[in-house]
Amino acid sequence: MHFSFFSLLRQAFAKHEGWPRQWRDPEPKPAYDAVIVGAGGHGLATAYYMAAEHGMRNIAVVEKGWLGGGNTGRNTTIIRSNYLWEESEALYDHALDIWQDLSQVLNYNVMYSARGVLMLAHTIHDVQVAKRHIHANRLAGIENEWLDPGQCKDFVPVLNLDPNIRYPIMGGALQRKGGVARHDAVAWGYARAASALGVDIIQNCEVKGIRRDASGAVCGLDTTRGMIATKKVGVVAAGHTSVLMQMAGVRMPLESYPLQALVSEPLKPIFPCVVMSNTIHAYISQSDKGDLVIGAGTDQYNSYSQTGGLHITQHTLDAICELFPMFRRVRMLRNWGGIVDVTPDRSPIIAKTPVPGLFVNCGWGTGGFKATPGSGHVFAHTVATGEPHRIAAPFTIERFKTGRLIDEAAAAAVAH
Amino acid sequence: MLLVTCPYCGPRPEIEFRQAGEAHIARPAITCSDDEWADFLYMRDNHKGYMRERWRHVAGCGRFFNVVRHTVTDKFVASYKVGEEKPAIPAEAAAGPRVEIVR
Ligand SMILES: Cc1cc2nc3c(=O)[nH]c(=O)nc-3n(C[C@H](O)[C@H](O)[C@H](O)COP(=O)(O)OP(=O)(O)OC[C@H]3O[C@@H](n4cnc5c(N)ncnc54)[C@H](O)[C@@H]3O)c2cc1C
Ligand SMILES: [Zn+2]
Repeated sequence: MHFSFFSLLRQAFAKHEGWPRQWRDPEPKPAYDAVIVGAGGHGLATAYYMAAEHGMRNIAVVEKGWLGGGNTGRNTTIIRSNYLWEESEALYDHALDIWQDLSQVLNYNVMYSARGVLMLAHTIHDVQVAKRHIHANRLAGIENEWLDPGQCKDFVPVLNLDPNIRYPIMGGALQRKGGVARHDAVAWGYARAASALGVDIIQNCEVKGIRRDASGAVCGLDTTRGMIATKKVGVVAAGHTSVLMQMAGVRMPLESYPLQALVSEPLKPIFPCVVMSNTIHAYISQSDKGDLVIGAGTDQYNSYSQTGGLHITQHTLDAICELFPMFRRVRMLRNWGGIVDVTPDRSPIIAKTPVPGLFVNCGWGTGGFKATPGSGHVFAHTVATGEPHRIAAPFTIERFKTGRLIDEAAAAAVAH
Repeated sequence: MLLVTCPYCGPRPEIEFRQAGEAHIARPAITCSDDEWADFLYMRDNHKGYMRERWRHVAGCGRFFNVVRHTVTDKFVASYKVGEEKPAIPAEAAAGPRVEIVR
């Protein structure tokens, strides 16, 4: 079924009772050419591009819960590409390019909205870091501009410029092309498009073991829905990557932490863009539904609990109330956590592994939603051809041995 | 917020502490290979279950110590001084009820 004005109109007259299922719900086949583990945005995008661009149709995505129920469905959806290093600039800007017409390509409204992302600076150090990013981005042809406090206020009228607050605003870096998208729609759009190309998306199917043959190469997966034979496995499991890689005997440079977000009651449109502050771990935008979407920082300890400490969100709300005093009376509706997989240099791993046939796409930590289309696109190439895509090539596991880190940590340790 | 027991000061709120990652990672000899060095610096178990980890009582006595904590329930089962014998890892059941939180 193709979404169009006419299909909407037709359904409107049919009381919206005729909308078909958007993707198939198949039984797992005994064997596939390749299996992607994890039906988050990245895994689904990977499968879609493997089918659409590399002609691989006999493939599956297996998911232990429901598709998009991991970090994809829990994140604050901030999209931007103004990272510091050339490798990251290429990767995130590749994603930003794909976002531009993703809704048309997938024929599914992912609600990408380039409303601008403003990253605030509160200290001299913040100002220097932001300007360094702006210069680096300018050299790479990536849009990013400096706003003084007055210009920040013009861009976000509800911002508090009082110089006597705990975190006074000394300016900000603005990427106008940055913005937000609808997280669920990204997962659903890719799932629908992949399923239409023949990709089996198998939910409620947890991978419990990775089988290897006598040569050490991958030969299958043990799942809660039976054994699936395959010679290629792509692990795209975010916070659970270490757990899966352990099944193949691979130890990863990852630690998993809870990361929280919360939303308020819906309000009339008041907040025109995205504002983030790395220094005080506060990230805020307003969804089309009207609720304020607020992201907090990670907890300090490894955990798979999917809940974080209340003091973390309280700290974020303290900061939000100071930056936007008019939000002090807004009530919060819901608070939740996801589990994010963090690498030592805060850059992802999109790579082959020491195990033949096993590929991994992980380490997106607190900021991988923005990269979903680009990540899937380059990882599909890596899995399909067996060799890394040009843009993915620097994002190896070996960089932690050679020392060629892509150190976004120093500059944007928690950036979303 | 977690309640963390410092072996020197007793139970205190988590905000007095800094978690310092997986415990008992020994620094390899100066003659080690690049692989061993990378393992030491960056590779971590990060597993689901009981974990031995280091904490530091930064806003208290300032000392480092080790704990055993479950990474799904976050429940602490032991807290011990650096150099003390490692307490045994309990059976999975001691982790307490496993609440799968779905939101
Ligand atoms: C609160 C919060 C806010 C965030 N805010 C932003 C933001 O503003 N901007 C941004 O760019 N990023 C943000 N992120 C990060 C972003 O959400 C992630 O980097 C991204 O969504 C990861 O996508 P994914 O598809 O790799 O992972 P996921 O969506 O987590 O998918 C992984 C899937 O693997 C499945 N899985 C795990 N183990 C198994 C198994 N054994 N068998 C089968 N399936 C398994 C899981 O169930 C899950 O569905 C945020 C994250 C959180 C938690
Ligand atoms: Zn102490």
